[in-house]
Amino acid sequence: MSEHLQNTITRIQARYQVEVEEFRGDYTVFIEPEKIQTFMLELRDQLDFNICMDITAVDYYPQETPRFHVIYLLYSMPHNVRLQVRTRIDGNNPKLDTVQGIYSSANWKEREVYDLFGIYFTGHPDLRRMVMPEDWVGHPLRKDYPLGYEEVQFSFNFDEIMINKPHPKD
Amino acid sequence: MTDIREVSVDELRHLVSDRAMSGETMLLNMGPQHPSTHGVLRLLLELDGEVVVNVIPDIGFLHTGVEKTAESKNYQQAEVMTDRLDYLNPMGNNLTYCLAVEKLTELDVPPRAQAIRVILAELQRISSHLLWLGTSALDLGAMSMFLYCMRERELVLNIFELVSGQRMMTTFIRPGGLWRDVPVEFETTVRDFLKAMPRRIQEYDDLLEKNEIFLDRTKGIGILTKEDCFQYGLSGPVIRGSGVAHDLRKKQPYSGYDLYDFDIPTHPEGDVYARYRVRVEEMTQSLRIIEQGLNKLPYGPVRSNNRKYVPPPRSEIGVSMEALIHHFKLWTEGFTPPTGHVYAATESPRGELGVYMESDGTAKPYRVHLVTPTFANLQAVPVMSRKHYIADLIGIVGSIDIVLGDADR
Amino acid sequence: MGLEQKAGNMGIVTTSLEKAVNWSRTNAMWPMLFGLACCAIEMMAAQAADYDMSRFGMELMRASPRQSDLMIVAGRVSRKMAPVVRKLYDQMPAPKWVIAMGDCASCGGIFNNYAILQGVDEIIPVDVYVAGCPPRPEGLIHGVLTLHEKVRKEKIKDWA
Repeated sequence: MSEHLQNTITRIQARYQVEVEEFRGDYTVFIEPEKIQTFMLELRDQLDFNICMDITAVDYYPQETPRFHVIYLLYSMPHNVRLQVRTRIDGNNPKLDTVQGIYSSANWKEREVYDLFGIYFTGHPDLRRMVMPEDWVGHPLRKDYPLGYEEVQFSFNFDEIMINKPHPKD
Repeated sequence: MTDIREVSVDELRHLVSDRAMSGETMLLNMGPQHPSTHGVLRLLLELDGEVVVNVIPDIGFLHTGVEKTAESKNYQQAEVMTDRLDYLNPMGNNLTYCLAVEKLTELDVPPRAQAIRVILAELQRISSHLLWLGTSALDLGAMSMFLYCMRERELVLNIFELVSGQRMMTTFIRPGGLWRDVPVEFETTVRDFLKAMPRRIQEYDDLLEKNEIFLDRTKGIGILTKEDCFQYGLSGPVIRGSGVAHDLRKKQPYSGYDLYDFDIPTHPEGDVYARYRVRVEEMTQSLRIIEQGLNKLPYGPVRSNNRKYVPPPRSEIGVSMEALIHHFKLWTEGFTPPTGHVYAATESPRGELGVYMESDGTAKPYRVHLVTPTFANLQAVPVMSRKHYIADLIGIVGSIDIVLGDADR
Repeated sequence: MGLEQKAGNMGIVTTSLEKAVNWSRTNAMWPMLFGLACCAIEMMAAQAADYDMSRFGMELMRASPRQSDLMIVAGRVSRKMAPVVRKLYDQMPAPKWVIAMGDCASCGGIFNNYAILQGVDEIIPVDVYVAGCPPRPEGLIHGVLTLHEKVRKEKIKDWA
């Protein structure tokens, strides 16, 4: 563990009482969703985590409180260290403050999380769907969303599937 | 399936300037079927005459649902889909995915496999840069570059075909090593390529460096400052073209890159020309890495001996009952890594490509997320292209080397 | 011996209208410059130095659907892209043909999920399917030649 990461973790632990987790050399801190904006601002301005590599989420479906973990992958260019910030949010009307004003790269990444998980980012200037069509129903990466698997056509069920297939005309 | 929705200006009111509402500036749609968007990128342009006021990219026309599908496959099956993400960098995608699995399961990789991985990843980098050079020079009017670059690209694809039997989607790099050892002709073929390539790179320089049109259309166009790069989380040749010597191969070496001697080309200007120079110089550096890799290619196995995760070689199956059981178990149920989550990143030809993987202790990944460079880089297109002519937009979009499969996943 | 040889000596070739039209259609078939995913790279390779599709009169890729006769659907078609593909097809002037290049365009390939159309033949009629993931450039060329064969067999009574 590098010196900078050590200092960062001791400092934020004292300030925010975060839980720290270590797995295979990667450090993860858990922060309450209400504090995310001030926390990220401090990480960027005072602790040199100047790049937000990605924002994503994980759905722990049957469990409702907390259902989602939103994950921020931060990178510090001057010190060459990574830090993962996670926050737990409820499955019922999931929402979180945007960090778009702190990291510009968060703009699209939050839109993507909104699109695929249905987590609202309050204060986001342009919260539209990112990769799915605008009129799509549902949020595909949630665990209760079906995969959308279609039966594969083999010789034994060829005719059966052929009947139901759309046949476009010129 | 629904019809194409008309873009209503009201919906985008917060993205365009007030002048668009009064009709002073024009809104123009570009894509998703447009020859210079290198795929299915859609850009909504706000134009003041010929000058770009704002660009609103719209992606997702190649959204493949890889992350969702990976959750329903086991670890070996999910790897196949990573090839088709960033389809100019299949070897690098495999490598990133395998690094994540290896980090999760704490697998060891034999030194020979690591060296071959590096050689193949660098060959892939050269082929990707060649395709980039060909197509974006084609967009800027240098048609012959396309034919020259595709000619050399075939040489690389022939090497891939030699080692794996496939030209593009090889899935050659597997968790714990490689699919199989490289054939004996591998070394001579790669050496022939190494011998031919520097002269060819010189040819590209001759074609472009004194080409007045190319220089005029690249120098001083699409300038991106260091601060913008950090703000938008950019990486790869784009950030190096803005003068930041950031390369994961040096900064956080993986797969034994710390054993190789190479430089990171950087250019401080931050324009399209700088990004072009960075990529061309990177090809030369890749050749250096490949040569070193070949010179010290160690002998030995190419797969880990950890039978909990890596299937035994076929020759063992005939003589060992235990090997047969392992083989059967691994290819029917798959392996079960411990619970936890990891993030592994590599330097792809476009920037930082990362895999975030979460395991819940079953044979299928609980969540696979791909952190892709094009997604981040595309976000900077509006910043780069404001106040430039619409014709320069083609060069700018080309200069960040977009692969839409990478952006949409 | 007969009329044909006599006419040939005078510089006249006799043939049926059907054959002449089909011949001209196959030898100046303009594909649309339209790439979707991985297969588009192989489509470019087929156009480039090593494989050179212009040997078969297929070198002129048109970016506009209004000027093209052949649509090569090169790659997976997502649900978001599907209306666009259909619109492009509708914009092409008849006679028009479609090649589904690669497994994803033919049947969905390995991506059997919510986002990908299970074969482009669900939205547009397809003439030739090319297998492979991605098909080699030779595979595409073979597909094109198969299409040429099909076009040569077209009957005048079916045109209307």
